[in-house]
Amino acid sequence: MSIAAALPAGGHHAPSAGPAPSSRSKFTPYFLLLPAGLALIVFYVLPTLTLATTSLQTGSLEQGYTLTWHWPTYGEVLSQYWPQFARSFGYAAGATILALLIAYPLAYTIAFKAGRFRTLMLTLVVAPFFTSFLIRTLAWRQILADEGPVVSFMKATGLMHLTDALGMTQGRVLATGLAVVIGLAYNFLPFMTLPLYNSLEKIDRGLLKASEDLYANSWTTFWKVTWPLSLPGVVGGTLLTFIPAAGDYVNQQFLGTISNTMTGNAIDSLFLQQRQYPQAAALSLVLMVAIIVLVSVYVKRAGTEELV
Amino acid sequence: MTTTVTAGARRPTAPRQRGGAGRWIREHLVTMFGILALIYLFVPIFVVVMFSFNDPTGRFNYTWVRFSFSAWADPCGISGMCDALLVSLKIGVLATIVATILGTLAAFAMARHRFRGRAVANLLVFLPMATPEVVAGSSLLTLFINLGMPLGQTTIFIAHVMFCVSFVIVTVKARLAGMDPRLEQAAMDLYANRVQTFTKVTWPLVLPGIVSGAMLSFSLSFDDFIITNFNAGQTVTFPMFVWGAYQRALPVQINVVGTAMLLVALILVVLGRLISKLRAR
Repeated sequence: MSIAAALPAGGHHAPSAGPAPSSRSKFTPYFLLLPAGLALIVFYVLPTLTLATTSLQTGSLEQGYTLTWHWPTYGEVLSQYWPQFARSFGYAAGATILALLIAYPLAYTIAFKAGRFRTLMLTLVVAPFFTSFLIRTLAWRQILADEGPVVSFMKATGLMHLTDALGMTQGRVLATGLAVVIGLAYNFLPFMTLPLYNSLEKIDRGLLKASEDLYANSWTTFWKVTWPLSLPGVVGGTLLTFIPAAGDYVNQQFLGTISNTMTGNAIDSLFLQQRQYPQAAALSLVLMVAIIVLVSVYVKRAGTEELV
Repeated sequence: MTTTVTAGARRPTAPRQRGGAGRWIREHLVTMFGILALIYLFVPIFVVVMFSFNDPTGRFNYTWVRFSFSAWADPCGISGMCDALLVSLKIGVLATIVATILGTLAAFAMARHRFRGRAVANLLVFLPMATPEVVAGSSLLTLFINLGMPLGQTTIFIAHVMFCVSFVIVTVKARLAGMDPRLEQAAMDLYANRVQTFTKVTWPLVLPGIVSGAMLSFSLSFDDFIITNFNAGQTVTFPMFVWGAYQRALPVQINVVGTAMLLVALILVVLGRLISKLRAR
């Protein structure tokens, strides 16, 4: 970033700092930005507005929908779909925590212990994600299947009794919320691992040495030095996992069941099967606003303004 | 690199640790968990590859029956799958070309220029990446519905360009930010004009960033399901084929494609490493 900030000063900013900046250098950035900017305004900003107006329309698919500023739609979708909302955020939170528990030791190992295998390990972290997202999720269906290896193991060790008692499983793993959480955590794991690795890798090794010299054991060193310094990575990673997980419905469709659908399933079915566009748009907008609110509260509480 | 070595060498000489097996386990506990996590990452991949050699009895490739090459020998034996693959390839290539051009131009503007509205531009680039796919996909659908635009390959292409542009901008911008500005100044000092400086110095240095942006774009487009599903109409891309197949029948060929994707990507990664090693010499 510092180099980027210094660049224009050396290259392009210097001439324009003079009394009469040439029109060429003044307008160049806008010309360069124009095509991408237009694409994003027309196909990102404008759709957000049409989403908002669609949510306030009334009518039917046959007669067409017209904008009538019908606010009650929001109340309707909230009262009808609050269980889906609760599951979306619950599953996404569970998946984020699970992903953090798996990714932290992994990122730590790569940053501190991997030595010359570092690049190889980083490649291995992303390699599973070169194959299709849907095919990967279907593989979890096979792994968690009723006669599959995981269920057999859990039944043999009696672990299933414990998870059944906790309400996480129902004599099976597939079709439960746990299966959806496992799928979500797996599919977004690189988004957790890479930001964690980035912030762990930046930690000055001298600080860890200093902590050890001051008679801190490795546990204290971790909680007093490593963990606080890795917080930007934790915040970035949890956001990059939570946001897509809260909106996802592929994992739910493949690993869950009709009785534990998420908001994404409802939006998909309202738009594409039932074609109730206003309700669908309202639901979609509420999901986005809820995520933005949650994320901003989280970022504030985490005490870091550094996004990603 | 050197810091890692010293960090590694420091460990055994630490005097205040108690000895024995307990100490060894404590020291390597994190590494063991790290390696377990890596194994966990590959469990589904192992399943995908293994089941591409399955010979299932029913329509669903869920339980292992026996080893067979039949799906690999006849990858297009399932009606519609290879057509869907071609649609995905076509949209992926077109969207990548357009997103890479738009994104590269914008990245130059954002990394190299100070201008009014920079913060707005940054926000505009960041937001599409932070929006959940259902929201982005359904918003675009409302736009197309309101415009009365028929859904199909064009609308999928538009949607893909929209979400790929931001990723290209971020990738190319990072490359530009990491470049040493003195290299270009040196070229200018050696009497290269603006065009020569760009073609001989700037372009070759940025190219790896553009290539990785394009590759990221293609893989995002090729693998996208949610945004595509909202804007596809009757068009079937490969992920949409898998989605539809999951309800009717799950042919082994799907796993063949999954395995082939992995192989192609790994070959590209290895080639990329080799090229950068050769260039470094």
